[in-house]
Amino acid sequence: MNTSNNTNDWLFEITPKNKFFTLNLKEVWQYRDLLFLFVKRDVITVYKQTVLGPLWYLIQPLFTAITFTIIFNNVAGISTGPVPPFLFNMAGITVWNYFTSCLNGTSNTFASNAGIFGKVYFPRIITPLSVVISNLIKFGIQFLIFVAFYLYYNFQGADLGLNSWVLLFPLLIIMMGILGLGLGMLISSMVTKYRDFSYLVGFGVQLLMYLSAVMYPMELIKTKLPGYGWLVEYNPLAYIIESARYMLLNVGQISLLGLTYTLAVTITVFFVGLLVFNKTEKSFIDTV
Amino acid sequence: MKKDIILKAENISKQYRLGQVGTGTLSHDLNRWWHEIRGKENPYLKIGDTNDRSTKGTSDYVWALQDINFEVERGEVLGIIGKNGAGKSTLLKILSKVTAPTTGSIKSRGRIASLLEVGTGFHGEMTGRENIFLNGAILGMTKKEIASKLDEIIEFSGCERYIDTPVKRYSSGMTVRLAFAVAAFLEPEILIIDEVLAVGDAEFQKKAIGKMQDISRGDGRTVLFVSHNMAAVKSLCTRGVVLEHGKVVFEGDIDSSIEHYLNTEFNKTNIYESYLEPKQPYIQRVEVITNSGSFFHDFNKDLKIKIKLFTPFNLVDPAVSYQIVSSEGIPVVHELNLFKEIPFCNEIGSYELTSQIKKLSLYPGVYKLNIFFADNFLKKRFDNALEACSFEVLLSEKREYYYQKNSAVYKEKETAWTVKKI
Repeated sequence: MNTSNNTNDWLFEITPKNKFFTLNLKEVWQYRDLLFLFVKRDVITVYKQTVLGPLWYLIQPLFTAITFTIIFNNVAGISTGPVPPFLFNMAGITVWNYFTSCLNGTSNTFASNAGIFGKVYFPRIITPLSVVISNLIKFGIQFLIFVAFYLYYNFQGADLGLNSWVLLFPLLIIMMGILGLGLGMLISSMVTKYRDFSYLVGFGVQLLMYLSAVMYPMELIKTKLPGYGWLVEYNPLAYIIESARYMLLNVGQISLLGLTYTLAVTITVFFVGLLVFNKTEKSFIDTV
Repeated sequence: MKKDIILKAENISKQYRLGQVGTGTLSHDLNRWWHEIRGKENPYLKIGDTNDRSTKGTSDYVWALQDINFEVERGEVLGIIGKNGAGKSTLLKILSKVTAPTTGSIKSRGRIASLLEVGTGFHGEMTGRENIFLNGAILGMTKKEIASKLDEIIEFSGCERYIDTPVKRYSSGMTVRLAFAVAAFLEPEILIIDEVLAVGDAEFQKKAIGKMQDISRGDGRTVLFVSHNMAAVKSLCTRGVVLEHGKVVFEGDIDSSIEHYLNTEFNKTNIYESYLEPKQPYIQRVEVITNSGSFFHDFNKDLKIKIKLFTPFNLVDPAVSYQIVSSEGIPVVHELNLFKEIPFCNEIGSYELTSQIKKLSLYPGVYKLNIFFADNFLKKRFDNALEACSFEVLLSEKREYYYQKNSAVYKEKETAWTVKKI
């Protein structure tokens, strides 16, 4: 049967195997409107039918910072140097929150979207991407109250030095988002088959916070617990948070070696996550 | 003649693993991975039963689809038919890229969009208008495309008044209408439609079928259509593929495909047979004989119903009756035969009773039979067969005829109309 003029003018082919690392940016670009609409949906529907609405975005980091200040600084007596402990905690929590919300949001991509994924095709990566972007908006709002407190303490005469590193702060946040995305994609893929991972994420994130220098300076753990300091030192998140505080509050230290290490881990995690995610998206609907 | 093939399926197979995911799957996964890194074939591809849900298989793996090959030409409306579990939905899922085939490949020269189940991705908290954009984008439209068709979509859905109300306040019917409206304005080269006709009220169904005919006929779009509604398949499709246990058993023009499907042994819906142990009187077999000899019965033609009864002892006052029930479950015809009218079952053995309805005047639609076998003397019902045999009444009248589904069950044919101007 002479069917077609030539055999290689197919628009696309559906096959069981797929190529390594197919991010398929062209396809993602075609669906950019969907990405935008998902972000819009996430942002406007989070606090529907609540009285306080978007205020919840502010209440949560505020109260966490207050609690941390009371427990870690007032009770446990962790010193934060010239910086008011509340502001110190606020900076750590705001940045940390962005990571956890990215990780939590993306790590159940497949499980929570099984209904829609089972019916229509669109590049699956749109969903975790939209989570990272809508959380960035949430982060922006939370960052604004940090700025408000920063200005308040400045007027109170606290010794707050902004340094030029702050220009790199957006890059730091993007790096954190990508790290959360990569890790989330990895976990979401594994959750489709083995639900154990979703439990692991639940308390794992909480434990990780204590290893990420959120409520103490990195320096402190090295001096107080020299035997376990490596746990924090090998944690890329600790460098991000420590660097963020250095940029915003001029406290602690910034380590170029640590940041390079963090960047390398981020890139590795992202590509491994992408690889596993691509492999999973093809047939996850059979196992979810 | 050179054919313009827009879609080509080559050796598509899909294997599913039955049972639960647990530690067993981990060992299989590791084994599969071990074979993979040594460059060997997946060991679990060799095993697997054909997909027959009623028989107990020997293996944990089944083939939902096996070696499916077909080609679709541009502008063709292909009907995919087969009973439940034949693999139709799996095939559509593979075609719409929701899941990947285990082996084989599909090649396409056009964008594929599917109307698998309408309403996917609706968010209750968002308004109808916002959901049109979201749903359209999920189905692959750009914001610009949707915006240009927004008015048409809203008008087609018939939900103008509620368009700025959150969808969670909609009735289920309205949600479906809105969802179908979005999907109906998709413009891919290949459209996949699965059982969407079963939604909405009569008026909306007519609108939906009309829109679908426009899509396939008017615009020359390629459509893959899956439905159990043979009348819809017949009127929409040009060619058919019949699936059975995950394999293509027939491919050809739509009329012979439907005929093949309805005549397969399993699908003889016009016959009911019982496999009871004959300890008490029972209904052995019921057969509906339509004028065409198939599932379809032409309006105003004689319908025969054969009922075979068996009694292991002599009955004193047996009675047999049947109902014809509409697809909504409403009995529309009741026929009865008593012993004193025509004697039967007064001795041990089988009896065949035939009932002929002259010029059956039921409205077009699918009907089923309820058969009852009882004894008035013992005041006991021996056996009944509910919703046993089904058949479909078709109407092919000459004059321009207009009817709506569910508007009646009985069509009076000898009414004389007189019109007098007052």
